[in-house]
Amino acid sequence: MDFDLTEEQRLLRDSVERLLADHYGFDRRRSYLAEPNGWSRALWSQYAELGLLGLPFAESYGGFGGGPIEVMLVMEALGRVLALEPYLATVVLTGTALRLAGSEAQKSRILPQIAEGQMILAFAHGERQARYDLTDVLTTAKPKGSGWLLDGAKSVVLHGADAGRLVVSARTSGERDDPEGITLFLVDAAANGVARRSYPMRDGTRAAEISLSDVEVGSEDVLGEVGKGLPVIDRVVEAGIAATAAEAVGAMEAMQAMTLEYLKTRQQFGRPIGENQVLQHRAAEMLMELERGRSMAMLAAMMVEEPDAAERAHNIAMVKVGVGQASKFVSQNAVQLHGGIGMTEEYAVGHYFRRCMVIEHLFGDTAHHLSRLADQVE
Amino acid sequence: MDLRYTAEKLAFRDELRAFFRDNLPGDIRERMRLGHAPSKADTVTWQRILNRRGWAAYSWPKEYGGPGWTPVQRMIFLEENQLAPAPEVSSFNITMIGPVLVQFGTEEQKQRFLPRAANIDDWWCQGFSEPGAGSDLASLKTAAKRDGDDYVVNGQKIWTSTAHHADWCFALVRTNPQAKKRQEGISFLLIDMKTPGITVRPIISIDGSHHLNEVFFDDVRVPMSLRVGEENRGWDVAKFLLGHERTGIARLGKSKERVKFAREAAREMRANGKPLIEDPGFRQRVAQLGVDMKALEITQMRVVSAHDKSHDGKPDALSSVLKVKGTELLQATTELAMDVGGPLAMPDWAQELAALSNEPELGPEWATEATRSYLFLRAASIYGGTNEIQKNILTKAVLGL
Repeated sequence: MDFDLTEEQRLLRDSVERLLADHYGFDRRRSYLAEPNGWSRALWSQYAELGLLGLPFAESYGGFGGGPIEVMLVMEALGRVLALEPYLATVVLTGTALRLAGSEAQKSRILPQIAEGQMILAFAHGERQARYDLTDVLTTAKPKGSGWLLDGAKSVVLHGADAGRLVVSARTSGERDDPEGITLFLVDAAANGVARRSYPMRDGTRAAEISLSDVEVGSEDVLGEVGKGLPVIDRVVEAGIAATAAEAVGAMEAMQAMTLEYLKTRQQFGRPIGENQVLQHRAAEMLMELERGRSMAMLAAMMVEEPDAAERAHNIAMVKVGVGQASKFVSQNAVQLHGGIGMTEEYAVGHYFRRCMVIEHLFGDTAHHLSRLADQVE
Repeated sequence: MDLRYTAEKLAFRDELRAFFRDNLPGDIRERMRLGHAPSKADTVTWQRILNRRGWAAYSWPKEYGGPGWTPVQRMIFLEENQLAPAPEVSSFNITMIGPVLVQFGTEEQKQRFLPRAANIDDWWCQGFSEPGAGSDLASLKTAAKRDGDDYVVNGQKIWTSTAHHADWCFALVRTNPQAKKRQEGISFLLIDMKTPGITVRPIISIDGSHHLNEVFFDDVRVPMSLRVGEENRGWDVAKFLLGHERTGIARLGKSKERVKFAREAAREMRANGKPLIEDPGFRQRVAQLGVDMKALEITQMRVVSAHDKSHDGKPDALSSVLKVKGTELLQATTELAMDVGGPLAMPDWAQELAALSNEPELGPEWATEATRSYLFLRAASIYGGTNEIQKNILTKAVLGL
């Protein structure tokens, strides 16, 4: 049992924080949001230079050879500044799919491009009817020649319109909700039959609805084994939960700091409002929830590579519930303690609030995971 | 960062488990499993078994009869002891007066009291709170005036847990009523409960038990050699005592053990035509407690592992988080056990028996005890610094408000 960072991990954290401190003021962020994809290409290149984009990949693929702790540190820093870049979509989600299921050829072709900042990828799994059910896949893949023909639609695909390549799940056999028969494909986003509608989410990050009609995919672009996609999808989602848990911790830290500053400076009735015990105790409760969230994000980082699948899934579900509840408490109270100004678009706290809200509704919300845990009670 | 225990720590845990399995008397284990508060006899029996193994004074250095364990080992010990489930060692003896004497006691005080405290030959109680001094402890009024080589103590203490069992009391008394700051006129005395002039009166708490007392001091003579630390510097001793070993305060093992028991009991009870354990609402409640216990477990590990590294013995401000969250969980888990019992948890058999009959209790015993425990543990968020005081501490120490 050890909660210390190594020297390398501390250096990584410090250099990420320095880069973001220089480039992610709240006004700068606004200018990134106004760029075509709603994030900064220039900063993406700097992430690449710093080694962040190859962080979890082996050095032989141009990566940094980092693990979940390193990803946690980066995500926490990104969360603290509400970074807009497609790090989660590209490095964490599709990165995990490629790392775990990719063939040697696929990995050596794509991972170096991710690491160098040359390719954005998106994980196109969710469908409109599926809500949080990972087995609810209606998109189909039928054999055509030596390859496949994909038909269907994918929903709320994070950074789906920015991506050059998509990791798409489709049924090669079985019925809706069948855990068997789901296959992952690497799809060129510019291929014939791919149509994308891009929109901002409530927190300003981009997502897309993607339709696939008669999209041809070669056999070399099957990712992993045919029909055995679900365990990979599970791992991708678990990696997403671990990463966004850390991101939410960063966002909670920022909200806690902003709220404390406000309590110390905002004067009413001739004194700082932070002198009111009812507000002090609320701030103390926010701190307790932040620490609960932090403990859970650490648990996620330490469990996400656990080989025992049931043990891993159980712990990650607990993380999603714990972090979801903590971040909801912190963000709702951060807005409340700010009063009117917390309700405004121009003030940062509401943006952090919305990021935490979006995170809670990715990869299964609190109720979804609590219900899964309840099913497992013995 | 790594969550797993080292092989060495796992071996340590296994050694504890094996010892508890082989040495905890079966009748004591069964009473604990059914949720009874440990009796004085059970506490003494178990603490002496532990002491023979050198583990009772689990947080003390080796030279004073402790095992010299690290903070992580102490945490594992407490949890395994609670999971056994075994009576917990006397906190007054082991985590309060023991460390105080190690830190502040004279050589003579250490020789005289420490071995007896470890073996619970002396049962200690804590004379801190007074009718007018609860959370505001420094406003205490019990007076000690010098007379020859003695202090003469007059006043009253309240909420004194187990004073009716106690051989000795460590107490805060006012030795200088004129001190500029209230904290500067307080001394820390060791008082023999058999001294003439001491009266102990029971306070029956809402769980129906006699655990709390009022203690009256009427011209009680205490030799000056039984003062710990300097005269008028007792507040330093009290602060040390209150800050020592706060990490054990979460009592996470106890919460885990109670949830495990509630799950077992829920197999025997029914809800809507099925075993209660199959009820979705019940399962969700258990799942939520599982999440909360896991989060607290990691936070506790973070605090304890920081202690392991720092060696300065200073309490982490996060200890207040452990106190608040730990006691909230303890209350929630005992509430769960009571709710499993449902209507059968509501009869007060003790009252019925006292009133008339020789009939046996109808029980079930665990349900009766679950309610007693639920009621008793409403005190958990009050004692040891109320949870509101803990939030004040966090406000000042961490948030700087």
